[in-house]
Amino acid sequence: MSKEVLSVKNLNMHYETLSGDVHAVKDVSFSVKEGESFGLVGESGCGKTSVAMSLLQLQADNAKISSGSIQLDGVELVGMNESELRKVRWDGISIVFQGAMNAWNPVVKVGEQIREAIREHYPEKSKAENTEKIESLFKMVGLDATVIDRFPHELSGGMKQRAIIALALSCDPKVVIADEPTTALDVVIQDQILKEIKKVQELLGLSLIYISHDIAVIAEMTNRMAVMYAGRIVESGPTADIFANPRHSYTKALLESTPSVVGDRVKLNSLDGEPPSLIDEISGCSFAPRCPNKTTTCKPELDMKLVEVGPEHYVDICSKESH
Amino acid sequence: MKKNVIEVKNLEKYYEVSGGFFSRKKDIVKAVDDISFEIPFGESLGLVGQSGCGKTTTARALCLLDPKTGGDVKFYNNETEDMENIDNLEDEELKKFRRNIQMIFQDPYESLNPRWTIKDIILEPLNIHNIGDLQDREEAVVEILKTVGLTPASNYLPRYPHELSGGQRQRVSIARTLIMKPKFVVCDEPTSMLDVSIRISIMDLMLNLAKDLEVSYLYITHDLAVARYMCNRIAVMFNGKIVEIAETEELLNNPIHPYTKRLISSIPVPDPSYDRKVYDVNYDELDAIIAKHGTDNPMVDIGNEHYIATHDVKGLI
Amino acid sequence: MNENIEQDLQKQLRKEAIRRNWNLFKQSKLGMIGLYIVIFFLFLALLQPFLFITGIWNKGVYDPVVGYEAIKDTLLVVECPKEYPTEKYESMKDCPGEGEINVKRLYLAPGVEVGDYYEAFIQPAPPSSRHLLGTDSLGRDVFSQIMEGSQVAFVLGLLSATLGVGISTILGTIAAFFGGRVDAYLMRQSDLILMLPSLPLLFIISAFAELKVWHLAVVLGVLGGLGGSVITIKSQALQVKVKPFVDSARITGGSRWRIMFSHVLPNVAPLALLFMVFSVTGAIASESVLSFLGLLNIDMSWGIMIYLSQTDGFIFSGLEFWWLILPAGLAVTLLAGGFYLVGRGLDDVFNPRLRKR
Repeated sequence: MSKEVLSVKNLNMHYETLSGDVHAVKDVSFSVKEGESFGLVGESGCGKTSVAMSLLQLQADNAKISSGSIQLDGVELVGMNESELRKVRWDGISIVFQGAMNAWNPVVKVGEQIREAIREHYPEKSKAENTEKIESLFKMVGLDATVIDRFPHELSGGMKQRAIIALALSCDPKVVIADEPTTALDVVIQDQILKEIKKVQELLGLSLIYISHDIAVIAEMTNRMAVMYAGRIVESGPTADIFANPRHSYTKALLESTPSVVGDRVKLNSLDGEPPSLIDEISGCSFAPRCPNKTTTCKPELDMKLVEVGPEHYVDICSKESH
Repeated sequence: MKKNVIEVKNLEKYYEVSGGFFSRKKDIVKAVDDISFEIPFGESLGLVGQSGCGKTTTARALCLLDPKTGGDVKFYNNETEDMENIDNLEDEELKKFRRNIQMIFQDPYESLNPRWTIKDIILEPLNIHNIGDLQDREEAVVEILKTVGLTPASNYLPRYPHELSGGQRQRVSIARTLIMKPKFVVCDEPTSMLDVSIRISIMDLMLNLAKDLEVSYLYITHDLAVARYMCNRIAVMFNGKIVEIAETEELLNNPIHPYTKRLISSIPVPDPSYDRKVYDVNYDELDAIIAKHGTDNPMVDIGNEHYIATHDVKGLI
Repeated sequence: MNENIEQDLQKQLRKEAIRRNWNLFKQSKLGMIGLYIVIFFLFLALLQPFLFITGIWNKGVYDPVVGYEAIKDTLLVVECPKEYPTEKYESMKDCPGEGEINVKRLYLAPGVEVGDYYEAFIQPAPPSSRHLLGTDSLGRDVFSQIMEGSQVAFVLGLLSATLGVGISTILGTIAAFFGGRVDAYLMRQSDLILMLPSLPLLFIISAFAELKVWHLAVVLGVLGGLGGSVITIKSQALQVKVKPFVDSARITGGSRWRIMFSHVLPNVAPLALLFMVFSVTGAIASESVLSFLGLLNIDMSWGIMIYLSQTDGFIFSGLEFWWLILPAGLAVTLLAGGFYLVGRGLDDVFNPRLRKR
């Protein structure tokens, strides 16, 4: 039983806007064990990126964590001040952003930008040590050492993304969050990068949090996963279990609406309506308006809670019987 | 003999790029390099490829947005009941012809004029072509809104695009595109910017409309799974050329070209227990085909309406 | 039936949209300050005709150009010494004292000597209950002049701005659409106008022609319209031109002109509006400079007020005749600045990227 590296309990986060508070993360709890890959899946606006930002406390100015706890290796992150957080970022948790390949400073060489990150955390290391580290990182992600002296615009999309991964690994973090790291890339390059990520993870014993809207990628990349809808986790558990035996109607709908190149050519089912706006406070079951499996025992106004329905397999249901 | 909606032969779109400040020589970028295909009435063709392969350039050339640099595009003319080369069309005829081809764009946020109301947006094609009188036109708009699932129409007509969601905006695009009952619609990744749970509803809508209105699609996408859902034939594009074209299931079960094999091998499958079939890219099969048919024909028929490109791709893939 | 629901909904949506934009504008403190300033001066501009029409003000007295009122006073003529202090006066400020007048002031009245009693009209008169900002050297009410100047500023500013923006928007859109030689010509024309220093050019023009307010408005409008804003509008039009909805209109069969006017122009309009507001600032400032130099044929404006106080020598008397200089100068600065601030506020509304969440 490997130990828990990251533990999130009852996290609540909201954005203060002119039109009111947007409750983006509602009562989210999950944990990531050492060396495992945890997937967070959901559509746009479900809160998965907000969760990622909260973990690193990199949210926008008007974002506030209202309650909950985030513990990295037993150390509580919520409530830390900025200087303490800066030590944790990159060293404890790092992130590969969505569209990160465009986050490179165009006028500074790639190697130098990575060196800056290392210097922030380990100012005592010499330049030679840093260069050696970068070289080994690049080798790990399949980049040639000459890339160190190149400028970002000289690299292809795939190379930039690999360099971003190297950057995320530069301070030996325990947890790496990957937020849609391959969205803009060709499927062939995506395949290569995903393989690299897997290889690196195994090599370094990293814990990985993989965020995506593409359930096919989640299926292949993760051991455990959570499905998010309207700011809440609606189902979580071992990946294989969830795909084989989805219990929440939204999870089922998600799985049923993904076309595939294998298997029989089937007509798929779609969901009516749109995900709810998070400005309106929704109590009870947020999926009820769109749920195709409403039963008579469904009481959507009641409070929701996570209930275990299998080994480590949790489903968010109203306090009455599950469907 | 099936009647074709559109016949494309040896389509080319070349760009001249100057080789730099000091070089007088102009390099030629072959965005679309000698592609040919046909789409019969009632069928849809998927054009699959990765970014930069030329599929969007093809789309724009077919819709007469950017002029092609070579090749022939023939379109079915109702009146003469024959294929007609669009190069021969001018002015009035060209304008009339434009009723038959339409395009649905990828970005639901940029494909509707933010300053126009939904009503005006859908009315525009009717206004441009002077169809019927004002009342007829307004009735047609309400009718098409119902067809695409935006009811009650009065709730949508006076609104502006930014008040609608992405999925609703694509429905408006579809309504506007189909109000003229075109015979051929080019779809440039219309669902790639929409949420996953909404994609299927838009795709199903398009499939139903294709059947009801007898429209043929050229469906452009980078996602083979989506092409499989929407089309009965698929063409794989790479580097400006079509490398393989066949019926959907035939292509997926029996890919021959090394690039197609590589493509299919890279696609993740939404099933953790599934072992992906990985095709080894080896050029022997391609070499055998070239040896058998020669490279005179850019595309050779290997049976079962399954065509393979024979040009040299070693080192490119 | 349906029509009515639709129209009602449309009206409701319009109201909501206006309210939303207004709320956005309200957020910008700068914009609101600017708006208050502009409203204040607009009020002044409208107040004057109102006062005349309702008869509250007697035109004979309060007309800014030909009105006249002055108080007669009997003053002892004295000669102010060169050195102070003397037995009568502590310092230069004390001479002339109450009821006295310096002989040097009377250079136009011959035969008056020190020691005589002189009946003088006090012009310019300091602010009093009858004249809130006093009178100028011709006995005209200064407050009325400020209000008149406000009218001039608004007419001039808005006329020239509208003309200028109208021209540059059309030219910019045409340049973006037709490209080639048309574009090249228009760009070179803009470059030329940009290169020319505007004030000297205005001097030359006013030397050739007697410029009244609306003449000046046309000149400023045309110069502004042909200048640098054409380039900016063109680049905006180019950005709109490549958007998918324009492609869509082309595929449908729309003609070039149709696309230009119904699709591109409305999307370029917000930028044009912004330009318009900013160019009012320049117009007001230009008028005051030209009037100050005596180059304009206007009866009354803020610039003329400052011009007169300079030619009469009051500018150099420090703050003694402050009501002849300060109100007009402040008015120019405030209104020009006010329009600029409104422009900044509008910028926030039109450029959502600059807004805070």
